[in-house]
Amino acid sequence: MIVFQGVSKHYSDRGIALEDASFQIDQGEFVSLAGRSGAGKSTIIKLLIGEERPSKGRIFFGQYEVNKLQDNELPAFRRHIGVVFQDFRLLPGKTAYENVAFALEAAGRPQREIADLVPQVLDMVGLGDKMKNFPNELSGGERQRVAIARAMIHRPEVVIADEPTGNLDPFHTFEIIKLLEKINQLGTTVLLATHDREVINELERRVITLDKGRIIRDEKKGKYILV
Amino acid sequence: MFTIISRILHFGAKNFWRNGWLSTATVAIMTLAALVFVGLVMFGVVTHAAASAIEDKIDISVYFKTTTSEDQILSIQKSLEQLSQVASVDYVSQAQALTTFQQQHANNQTISQAISELDTNPLEASLNIKAKDPSQYGAIDQYLSSSSLSQYIDSISYSQNQSVINRLATIVRDVNVGGWAITIFLALVAGLVVFNTIRLAIYSNREEIGIMRLVGASNLLVRGPYIVEGVLWGAIAAVASLILVAPAVYFVSPYLAAFIPGLDIFQYFYTNIAFLFLYQLLFGCVIGVFSSSWAVQRYLKN
Repeated sequence: MIVFQGVSKHYSDRGIALEDASFQIDQGEFVSLAGRSGAGKSTIIKLLIGEERPSKGRIFFGQYEVNKLQDNELPAFRRHIGVVFQDFRLLPGKTAYENVAFALEAAGRPQREIADLVPQVLDMVGLGDKMKNFPNELSGGERQRVAIARAMIHRPEVVIADEPTGNLDPFHTFEIIKLLEKINQLGTTVLLATHDREVINELERRVITLDKGRIIRDEKKGKYILV
Repeated sequence: MFTIISRILHFGAKNFWRNGWLSTATVAIMTLAALVFVGLVMFGVVTHAAASAIEDKIDISVYFKTTTSEDQILSIQKSLEQLSQVASVDYVSQAQALTTFQQQHANNQTISQAISELDTNPLEASLNIKAKDPSQYGAIDQYLSSSSLSQYIDSISYSQNQSVINRLATIVRDVNVGGWAITIFLALVAGLVVFNTIRLAIYSNREEIGIMRLVGASNLLVRGPYIVEGVLWGAIAAVASLILVAPAVYFVSPYLAAFIPGLDIFQYFYTNIAFLFLYQLLFGCVIGVFSSSWAVQRYLKN
């Protein structure tokens, strides 16, 4: 479903971010991208969602060749993906309900469906009573749960999480990881980028390890090992 | 499409309401710009009235020798009326000139007595000529000075008042040109201030635009609400500026009327209020929509 073929990303000012990365992720997998800060995890995610373009190589997502998508084709492509970021990236002027609803509104879903679905998903992430709160009225863990609800509400084929627990305490970290596992159990592919050793070791799922922009390990039931 | 449009309108109105301070600041700047705009329109009306008042004061009079018959004068009047530079020609006969003279000096016994003792009317018949443009009096003077007409003419007032007429003509031209230059300059300044205010307002929302793009929102859904906000800013600024201008015009109107006879600026404002509002609405909305679309466009990549 996701294929990277010899993908490299070079920046004129920052040097090599990714070098000759090749891997494949199948439907329904839960894959962790492990590595230190600057190893190339976020670069892979940015390339996959079309936020950056590769210097070399090809990226496939289902029927899309991502590296060839035009700016005006990106919105429709991104509706196949749900993304969760370390800094939440919620719309500050919208309530929790409106933030989650926005993903469906962007996909052109009817208002009635939105009104039915949003409260259900917010309930599922444990925020049924905080639908009317704005992001600045929520804790870090709650904000991340809103972001996850937004990422999954339109039933995307893949949920991508870039350091989703980076700003959270251990309690909330495992809350978020459990939610991602739950989403994966429902059949959605999950790609998790993290440098959190405990999270990766606890998951016991496939781990792609990166170091200085290169893939150094790809194990079916991996652990957090950097050397 | 209907769903998208209704969402765009809904988001735009909601953003406008929730970004209260930003909206207030932007509307305030746009109101100032709209005030400049309506001020320029009113300035145009005043300068035009002032120029017309000056133009109205300028004419040239041709005095005919007493030996010239009325038929000859009337034929000259006809020939003058056919000139492209001439706006109007009024004939003042010898008898009318005498009546006017007597009326003007009714209180002066010596002059009245002197006139009544004369056997013949000493006053000359004349033609009062108004040109379409003050700069054309020279050409009319040249026509009158031609040899075929000069035998009937005793004097032409233009030669006596030439420097004053030319001076007034220059003032009229300068007022018109200056009015336009100031209008264009201030409209550009107001437009640029509004444009930059909206650019800054949207710059502060650049991260939100990026988030909307990441969630899969189309360019139309991202850009639309900002355009709706731009229209709302423009419309509210138009209403606010009219509310502010109305009492100011009412207060200033009598002073201007004393300065320029025949000018009733409040009456003009009152009868043209719908057009003024429409102009301001158009000015506000066009600049709001243009600035918003342009400012958002640069954040719609990636």
